[in-house]
Amino acid sequence: MDGQEAVCLPKLSRVAVCGGTHGNELSGVYLVKEMMKSRKEEDNESGSQPVLVLSNPRATKKCLRYTEVDLNRCFSRDALNSPLLDIAPYEVLRSRELDALLGPKGSPYSVDLVCDLHNTTSNMGLCFIAYSDSDWISMHIFKHLKRCMPDIPMRYIHFDLPQDESYSLDSVGKHGFAMEIGPQPHGVVRSNIYTTMKCGVQHMLDWIHLFNSGRVFEGGFVDVFTLVKHLDYPRDCSTLDIIAAIHPQLQDRDFCLLNPGDPLFQTFSGETMPYNGTESLHPFFINECAYYEKGIALSLSRLRRVKIPAVCATSEQHAVIVT
Amino acid sequence: MSSYNNNNVRLNAARRVAVFGGTHGNEMSGVTLVNLWMKNSAEIQRKGVATKPFITNPKAVEKCSRYVDTDLNRAFTAENLSAPSGEDLPYEVQRAQEINKMFGPKGSPDAYDVIFDLHNTTSNMGSTLILESSKDHFNLQMMNYIKKALAPASCLVLLNEHPLLKYSTSRSVAKHPVGLEVGPQPQGVLRSNIFDSMRVIIKHALDFIELFNEGVEFPPCTVEVFRVLERVDYPRDANGNIIAMVHPNLQDCDWEPLNPGDPMFQTFDGKTIHYQGPGTVYPTFINEAAYYEKQQAFVTTKRETLVACAVKKA
Repeated sequence: MDGQEAVCLPKLSRVAVCGGTHGNELSGVYLVKEMMKSRKEEDNESGSQPVLVLSNPRATKKCLRYTEVDLNRCFSRDALNSPLLDIAPYEVLRSRELDALLGPKGSPYSVDLVCDLHNTTSNMGLCFIAYSDSDWISMHIFKHLKRCMPDIPMRYIHFDLPQDESYSLDSVGKHGFAMEIGPQPHGVVRSNIYTTMKCGVQHMLDWIHLFNSGRVFEGGFVDVFTLVKHLDYPRDCSTLDIIAAIHPQLQDRDFCLLNPGDPLFQTFSGETMPYNGTESLHPFFINECAYYEKGIALSLSRLRRVKIPAVCATSEQHAVIVT
Repeated sequence: MSSYNNNNVRLNAARRVAVFGGTHGNEMSGVTLVNLWMKNSAEIQRKGVATKPFITNPKAVEKCSRYVDTDLNRAFTAENLSAPSGEDLPYEVQRAQEINKMFGPKGSPDAYDVIFDLHNTTSNMGSTLILESSKDHFNLQMMNYIKKALAPASCLVLLNEHPLLKYSTSRSVAKHPVGLEVGPQPQGVLRSNIFDSMRVIIKHALDFIELFNEGVEFPPCTVEVFRVLERVDYPRDANGNIIAMVHPNLQDCDWEPLNPGDPMFQTFDGKTIHYQGPGTVYPTFINEAAYYEKQQAFVTTKRETLVACAVKKA
């Protein structure tokens, strides 16, 4: 009967938690360091523990997003396969190390799940960012966090890209997502944001433990925000300098509905520039600092409700459907 | 030339005024405003005073970083300004010498009358004016004027006259240095509301200068200030690594009283560290990104009322 089918998926034996992929996103940096410290102190061998990774130690030391190139754009198939030049940027070399450690991406040897920790200056609450809207593992973990942390605004964001084109660290594992929490300025750790991230990671690990122990998780629904497009700031035609800021009525209103005609930008002379699209969409990454250089003022998404099946673990290598 | 007579201060008209942006290249309100005004300065012109907009650290602005070699806003020391000039000096020290030539020399009668230095902070400080001397009656009167013009919106005055904690700012080359600090805003980000707040402060400041230059007498007044007491660092381990964060009860509570026994820090494993000072203080610059490397989680201040003499153009 529809809805009673459980999808049995292979156990998640190897899980990685990564922080400092961007060296100035401090919640993840401090959380991974703290988890490494606790592990040393406890000397705990019981159960399988996640692999803990500080992804970009050089950028972390300097408290920069990256030193030469953005590490979190180095994991597409093309990027990982291209021949290494003598003077390859640090982050390119590091991406190969991480692919060797946690991958190789796309192979049977890659870790089962990568959870990559990030912060944003945008008012996004806690978001999962994933390349699939049918990765039942990631979506069940999200559903579990939503139930365990009802006071935290939580959304599931989907970038619709095939595996070859997926470019971020979380795409190296068989399952993966970025856990993105804001608002937090880069170079700052806010205790409430850190605590949210710590709880989120703990609940994720608890779910994985229950899943691996054979618990069946009932199906349900997840609201998924699928990326449609990015919008850049209005710029001066000749100098390309930004000539307007996010409108005060839009600032901090990530995931609210943006309708055609709604205020979008405000020029420096106080004029409102409206959203000229034809479709009402949900904005996110509104005014993310790191995206100025990428030409992104905000991203726009379409919301839809996705049905997820019940899941349980199997010792098989492949998914099995059990009725 | 200033003279005192029965608690009146007579000063020459303020003819040379500058607005500095980009002293820290990633504090975007000032960078954006100054760039705007360099293209079209109509908004900042007033009768009888030439106001010069100026980007102090263009290389840092280009990189959108706080500084290139060293913090420009700490670089205007006597030692740096008198060092033999040369290309092997850190970029910001060279820059400090150039700025001192253009707008100073610091401490001389040829220096600019007023310099406004535009800054942002990740701290929840709102609009703040920074005063470097409790005896600068011109600045006290200007700050009083600005506060009244903005009311009921808040604009507080931070006084940093502390012999050890006071630092050599870019604005300090002027006779009357004024710091503008508006937050919270992440580094590298431009928020419309923060931008607008800074713009309106400058508007009122220049209005004051115009009135002063026209001969208006500003009667004696009192100005509430927050005087810097001490810098409090993050708790660190033996290797100098930070081991705790600003406590959620203190985060964003700039200017609110911190009493002995109140939560102050929270360790990464959840324990609370309490404030153990002798009395109530008013913390500010709470969790400013740029101060992690300067060993500062926040500064403590105490509230004080300063008396400003009547001020009139000579």
